Amino acid sequence: MARHWRAGAAGLAVLGLTLTACGGAKVGDSSSAGSGSSGKCGTFNLAVNPWVGYEADAAVVAYVAQHNLGCTVTKKNLKEEIAWQGFGTGEVDAVLENWGHADLVKKYITQQKTAVDAGPTGNKGIIGWYVPPWLAKAHPDILDYKNLNKYASKFKTSESGGKGQLLDGDPSYVTNDEALVKNLKLDFKVVYAGSETALIQAFRTAEKNKQWVIGYFYEPQWFMSEVPLKKVSLPAYKTGCDAEAAKVACDYPVYNLNKIVSAKFAKSGSPAYNLVKNFNWTNDDQNEVAKYIAQDKMTDDAAAKKWVEANKDKVDAWIK
Amino acid sequence: MTVAIEKPEKTEAAEPVAPVKAARRISRPMVLGAILVVWLVLFAVLRGKQTLTLAAADLTDLHRWINDFNDSIGANRNSNPLFLYFFNEIRLVIDNLVTFIQHLISQPSGARPVPEIGWLGVVGIAGYVSWAVGNWRVALLAVAGFTFFGLQGLWQESMDTLSLTLSAVFVALLFAIPLGVCAGLSDRFNRIATPFLDFMQTMPTFVYLAPLTLFFLIGGASATIATVIYAAPPTIRITAHAIRNVSKTTVEAADSLGATRRQSLLKVLLPMSKRTVVMGVNQTIMAALAMVTIAALINAPGLGPVVLQSLQSLDVGTAFNAGLAIVVMAIVLDRVTTAAAAREEHARNAKHDFAKWRRPLLGAGAAVTAVLIYLSHTYLWAADFPGDGTVGSHIASAADSATNWAQDSLSGVTNAIRDVITNGLLNPFQTLVTDSPWWLVGAVLVALGVVLGGWKSGVTTAVCVGLLVGTGLWSDAMTTLASTLVATVLVMALGIVFGVWMGRSMMVDRLIRPTLDAAQVMPPFVYLVPFLALFGPTRFTAIVAAIVYGAPVAMKIIADGIRAVPETTVEAATSAGCNTWQIITKVQLPMSRSALTLATNQGLIYVLSMVVVGGLVGAGALGYDVVAGFSQGQLYGKGLAAGLAIVLLGVMFDRITQAAARRAGA
Repeated sequence: MARHWRAGAAGLAVLGLTLTACGGAKVGDSSSAGSGSSGKCGTFNLAVNPWVGYEADAAVVAYVAQHNLGCTVTKKNLKEEIAWQGFGTGEVDAVLENWGHADLVKKYITQQKTAVDAGPTGNKGIIGWYVPPWLAKAHPDILDYKNLNKYASKFKTSESGGKGQLLDGDPSYVTNDEALVKNLKLDFKVVYAGSETALIQAFRTAEKNKQWVIGYFYEPQWFMSEVPLKKVSLPAYKTGCDAEAAKVACDYPVYNLNKIVSAKFAKSGSPAYNLVKNFNWTNDDQNEVAKYIAQDKMTDDAAAKKWVEANKDKVDAWIK
Repeated sequence: MTVAIEKPEKTEAAEPVAPVKAARRISRPMVLGAILVVWLVLFAVLRGKQTLTLAAADLTDLHRWINDFNDSIGANRNSNPLFLYFFNEIRLVIDNLVTFIQHLISQPSGARPVPEIGWLGVVGIAGYVSWAVGNWRVALLAVAGFTFFGLQGLWQESMDTLSLTLSAVFVALLFAIPLGVCAGLSDRFNRIATPFLDFMQTMPTFVYLAPLTLFFLIGGASATIATVIYAAPPTIRITAHAIRNVSKTTVEAADSLGATRRQSLLKVLLPMSKRTVVMGVNQTIMAALAMVTIAALINAPGLGPVVLQSLQSLDVGTAFNAGLAIVVMAIVLDRVTTAAAAREEHARNAKHDFAKWRRPLLGAGAAVTAVLIYLSHTYLWAADFPGDGTVGSHIASAADSATNWAQDSLSGVTNAIRDVITNGLLNPFQTLVTDSPWWLVGAVLVALGVVLGGWKSGVTTAVCVGLLVGTGLWSDAMTTLASTLVATVLVMALGIVFGVWMGRSMMVDRLIRPTLDAAQVMPPFVYLVPFLALFGPTRFTAIVAAIVYGAPVAMKIIADGIRAVPETTVEAATSAGCNTWQIITKVQLPMSRSALTLATNQGLIYVLSMVVVGGLVGAGALGYDVVAGFSQGQLYGKGLAAGLAIVLLGVMFDRITQAAARRAGA
């Protein structure tokens, strides 16, 4: 028996040596190439909030930070609330697309002083009620809120309790819809789809099967280039008309989306901070990158590369 | 309530007087009917009064108080000694464990651009360990499964997930098995532990994810702890169940032979309950893998983020590919652990010849594995998985076309089914519970508790009803209750049908089980998109998702129970001329009553754990409140209260069903 064992071991050793001999490239061989240019930037912790537009922002900023500035970028997939919480514990350096969030601003910028505003992204955030394009085409007058009651019965679903259904999405998004329905005396009920995925799927199905759907949506959004939803006009926004949440009866304001960084990061003098501060682009830019990611199914990095190479001038302005 | 309720007898003494028993059997349905009639009458009169509704953005004082408390923890984090010397230490230990494993198999370690052990080494280890603890069949499965991850183009992601799962399961078992043994041996400990276990299993993870990152920071530790909290209870429960189910006579025999307590534990109880304990370990592994996508919400690396990110762009194919990797991992781990338990028994029966060969073969296997590890440590071709994952993109596009086909051709039928169940069953029931005054529904629940489970469960129900009102979310809780009950009824119906089928035929079991495993561990997020397309964002979609998740566990437990019915009993019944239907209904189901209870119990808890996922697809109510609390600071308190309400619902139904089963069995 012992002989068997020894023979087996010897055979294995031979096999091992043969494999080793024709082994090919060793692990240490090529590792010296990549790490040459880094140094002064260090690690850059970038929060990635869960929507594609943000992912596009993060892809481009991370790509530039990595390739032009030599930073080690760590992307962290987090919801807004947790990302902001990370400013204080030093685990998040920057949030790239902030939609208002007055409560977080108050808590982390004013009270705890762990975060600071790093200026606008250049993107304009539009929130409102949208209908699928076929509906806007078939009944053009639906695009005025005054006519919504006329069609309320068409929007009935199993969830809306006899009224028309107004579909709301992810709870993290800013919404006054319940107050709006009440104060504009609409015969609708707000139904919470609960996630952006559910909302997009509802609109997609509605457009394909010519169903009646009206719901909360926003721009910039990649889905608009697949199904260009039409916005329903609400009473125009005037400063202060949304001061009291329960009495809101006007449209949403246009949000100037901005960047937030941790107080520590702002003082660090890191080139990544300058990049974040100077980062500025248009809704079309973001939609383009978002489309690469969402519809062309490119990886974040490939999408960013494609855009950065086509927009050298813009990128240069961020890192000068 | 005005209904006269016969005082239930607490005597569990054997053989109560026969006529009394018969009388009660007749009267209970009548009492239940009377309760229902009184409820309907009062509902007609009092409809819409005192329903305690609360609008989506409104808060109660309790919710605000929780918010303030949460904020104060956050503000004082860096000066609080509890954080500095307690939570930070725990975080360090667990973080180190996770990073150690990650550097070993998934993440670049130190100056190396690749982990210490490359794909070839990991596949080698997986095969060798599976063979050593199990058999060559599961070893082949393990090798094939792990290679599949690489072919899918998800090698690194899979290894990250594996690292986190191994850490979490390791930490969970470290606590769970001793606790389970305690709970099995001591009734008092069991009583104390049970509410905590209910809490851990039913409290939605979303509620404690944000605080966890406050306590343990963003990273491996938080993800692991979140997973442990959810995954440990099955092992504790099932270990206790196993210890309790060792036949009394065996233990008494050991006692009469003069075995000490310790001896009877180590030599009798543990070995005899091994098979069932392993089932608990399986469930823990499954639960840990079910947390992969949720942990990704706090930046846990691995397959979870792939699923979540592809869902932002409704990319079902990519999500499915990653979900499939999770399923494959679960099946491999499950089969290996099961084979490990079965091996002991086989080894005893196996021919002596093989045992003689085993040791040298193990040695040789170890040598081969060592060579593979060395190669994968040294050479690039064995470190980085070759190819670019074309199999993965084929799987993704196949899943995409299947989904599209289903959406295009089935949505008419599915909408019809949805409308029938929603309008015929769910809506009336929900209206009844949400539009009745709260005290009426509360009284009905307490009365049901008393009639079905006895005074004690009536008291528990009353306490739960009181606390539910206290959460300020009564109306939402009732909406969720309606959906949950409908889902649980469907889960049990499926569970009994498939469980009996599987329990009676080993072949059916072998065919169905992989699908069940897949349904249990496939992240719900993957099938939510097709479901949304088929049923729209509705409560019914949430119910379907809950059934997919909850039914497998019920089926498995029932199948196990049916199989545990002694062969001789079934044979005796057959020879007495019983037909198959009679054997099932008169022998097998009644004799596996305790399995049925456990199945109802677990099915319900699994359904409740999907309430939050339901909130993501249009179920509204408590699920939505929890999601909203996770997403918005001002709603945190309300989310926590909603989480508590889910736990309370779970505890209430759990106690009623258990007490009812005990009474039926007495």
